[in-house]
Amino acid sequence: MNNSRYIKHLYARAGFGICFEDLHDHEHWSVRKAVKKIFKASEKIEPITAVTENMDLRPHPKDETEDQKKTREEERVKHEKALFNAWTKQLIETNAQLREKMTLFWHNHFACNINNPYYEQELNNIERANALGNFKTLLIAVTQSPAMLQFLNNQQNQKVHPNENFARELMELFTLGRGNYSEQDIKESARAFTGWAYGGKEGEYFFKTGAHDDGIKTFMGRSANFCGEDIIDIIVAQKQTAVFISTKLYRYFVNDVPDMSHINEMANVFYNTGYEITPVLEYMFMADWFYADKNIGNLIKSPVELIIGLSRQFYITYQNPDVLVQFQQSLGQVLFRPPNVAGWPGGRSWIDSSSLMTRLRMPAIILNAGLIDFTGKAGPEDEAYLALVRKQQFDVIKRVQATPDWDRFFKAIPQNMPKKQIAEFMLEPPVNALIINEINNAPDLKTALIQIVSTPEYQLT
Amino acid sequence: MKRRDFLRNTALASGALMIPAFLKPFEALAMNDISGYKNLVIIQLSGGNDGLNTIIPFGNDIYYQKRKTIAINQPDIIKLNDMQGFNPNLSALKEIYDQGWMSIINSVGYPNPDRSHFRSMDIWQTASDANQFLTTGWIGRYLDSNCQGCKTPYTAIEVDDTLSLAMKGADMKGIAVQYPDKLYQNTREPFFKDLVHEHDNTHLSEDNLGYLYKTMAETYSSADYIQKTSKTYNVTAAYPANTLGNRLKTVSKLINSGLQTRVYYVSLSGFDTHAGQQNQQGRQLKIYGDAVAAFVKDLKQSGKLDDTLIMTFSEFGRRVEQNASNGTDHGTANNVMIFGGKLKKAGIYNDAPDLTQLDNGDLKYQVDFRDVYATLLDKWLNVNNSQILNKNFAGLDFV
Repeated sequence: MNNSRYIKHLYARAGFGICFEDLHDHEHWSVRKAVKKIFKASEKIEPITAVTENMDLRPHPKDETEDQKKTREEERVKHEKALFNAWTKQLIETNAQLREKMTLFWHNHFACNINNPYYEQELNNIERANALGNFKTLLIAVTQSPAMLQFLNNQQNQKVHPNENFARELMELFTLGRGNYSEQDIKESARAFTGWAYGGKEGEYFFKTGAHDDGIKTFMGRSANFCGEDIIDIIVAQKQTAVFISTKLYRYFVNDVPDMSHINEMANVFYNTGYEITPVLEYMFMADWFYADKNIGNLIKSPVELIIGLSRQFYITYQNPDVLVQFQQSLGQVLFRPPNVAGWPGGRSWIDSSSLMTRLRMPAIILNAGLIDFTGKAGPEDEAYLALVRKQQFDVIKRVQATPDWDRFFKAIPQNMPKKQIAEFMLEPPVNALIINEINNAPDLKTALIQIVSTPEYQLT
Repeated sequence: MKRRDFLRNTALASGALMIPAFLKPFEALAMNDISGYKNLVIIQLSGGNDGLNTIIPFGNDIYYQKRKTIAINQPDIIKLNDMQGFNPNLSALKEIYDQGWMSIINSVGYPNPDRSHFRSMDIWQTASDANQFLTTGWIGRYLDSNCQGCKTPYTAIEVDDTLSLAMKGADMKGIAVQYPDKLYQNTREPFFKDLVHEHDNTHLSEDNLGYLYKTMAETYSSADYIQKTSKTYNVTAAYPANTLGNRLKTVSKLINSGLQTRVYYVSLSGFDTHAGQQNQQGRQLKIYGDAVAAFVKDLKQSGKLDDTLIMTFSEFGRRVEQNASNGTDHGTANNVMIFGGKLKKAGIYNDAPDLTQLDNGDLKYQVDFRDVYATLLDKWLNVNNSQILNKNFAGLDFV
């Protein structure tokens, strides 16, 4: 039995795609076996260690000169870049694809945008270490991370003047979703989290006893001297938390349009295993509906998925990794810079007139200095356009400095394999006759490949 | 039956649906009654412009007490009345103000203000409550409303290379065009042209692939239309040679060429003045004042000022009291500046900010920013504001 369609779909969703040789090797695997292998490959946890110093802990002279300040700011930017580049590199090179894909999921779920790369890295490592572990453990670790304490102002949440920011987002964005708690619940739970702070010599989490409100709080119909952990216990005891997270997982891995019966199946597994993440993902990847036609090739890749997938597929090395920040910026998703606490909305919101044109051109810019060779009926205007692109190619190469490993790519593809089959491997949605016609007219395989990755179909996974 | 459903059904019945969107004859739509076509131009000042050093409440001693080193000295201020005046860097706007083409609304904000740039900008762009997260922008929802004259992506143009959240609706989005030529060039890629034009209609379906092809087709028709239309007009007026000047010059070109666009959006950043504020803000205000003055005069000259309304906002104002680095920290309510040839109430619209009744050292808002939006929606864009703002706002009387 040839299972390649399903295996390809699974790797596209559970990771960033599969290379040709792996697909050829795995095409007779059962889905069960492939799922097992995917989890096995993600057992290893590779933390990011690019930032080694917390600059906020440096003594900060009161009489700092403008020059000193500038130097300090430049150093901070350097740390930020190092962090960004380290994660991007890991996404491109890792074998633990599912772990990184889930780290991206939590990176968006626990959206955080602060100005301290050391804490950003720490939060990212928490998300990676717990990516496939237990949700409640992850939630507590995130809550106690200096990054989140700072971002959602729990640092300012004190008995004398409570700050409700964290308590609100905890329920609205992290666990229950809107409409499943009251304003009173927010006020009371904020009191329970007073005193959760960071600081001291190491700048790490500690419980500030003096700032904690140890009075009676009434939360979700129960009254006691609750502390933060109690609040989290009460929240995860609600099935709604399992439904909320399962919905987000479904929309991330399966389909933009939620199917409540499938989501409820997932929520049952999630809830009954005490919020273990691995079983609910296994359940989803093994469900029949995961492989239904309407769930194949119908998710819009996030900009990061688009760039990472392309880079992995063509074994691209970037001599100037800074260009990746620029790509992400122009496509509307920069790692560590979510637009707000709610994260990137995803799906169709990635696409507008200008971003779509940029996305369609991006693969050819990275792989071929912007040129999409065209062999159809080129009019004089088309010829002029292509001549202009050819003239600019050198400038594009200088700026992008990306090198795909074409030899390695071609080596995996059997000689004389029809271009149509190659297109079917590269694209997740069905390949239409027009594309087949275009690539069959292409003079060589490389030209055809550039055309294939420049289609709207390639924007989908 | 909703109007939209009705249109869809009739289209289906008549077979018009079989014609791809990009083949719709724009010529048929384009030239009908261009005069009297009203434009809204939104200018966003990013970073949190310090409103108190922009429109200065020099008549209030507290201003000088709280801002020992960064207050603007009385003789330098361009006085508008006995309480408020312009920062000297806005001198170019004095002439505009004197002509009755400017209205200043003081103390605009919202309840429970958020002092984060990102969050507060989202609140302004989505027109949400402080504790509400919307994923669509207010102009985007205007496009979604399917009102008369807001059915194409180029109904709202952002002169920039990316599209702001404000311009994104659930079904419809505006279009980001920094250079009409460049967008047009992007659509000239022969391979893409082939994909769009040869593509059969089956893919214009409801799934995501259909959505991509539909967006692509709309981009093609918009880029073509914008390029062809804007080519017909050359801006001869002088604009300052900086990014904002260039962008407003592009807006002038688009407006004067008779483009069927209702909303234009441009931004200027650099207003986050935590330190050394006087120089930094002064530079940005000069860029702003000079560019807007040139733009207003240009529109007056070409007879379009009466059909244009300009609104300037920033995500928040800044604290009343300065900080220790000769700057100001994030604050709350701020002034909104309106320009146009047909203002109902020119000059200073309401009382100067109250510097005594503060909330934790910050101004209390007097006017909800959504009342400003409601005015623009009801009286300028001719659409019921409750449809876009999710509840009804009474609005103001500046137009």
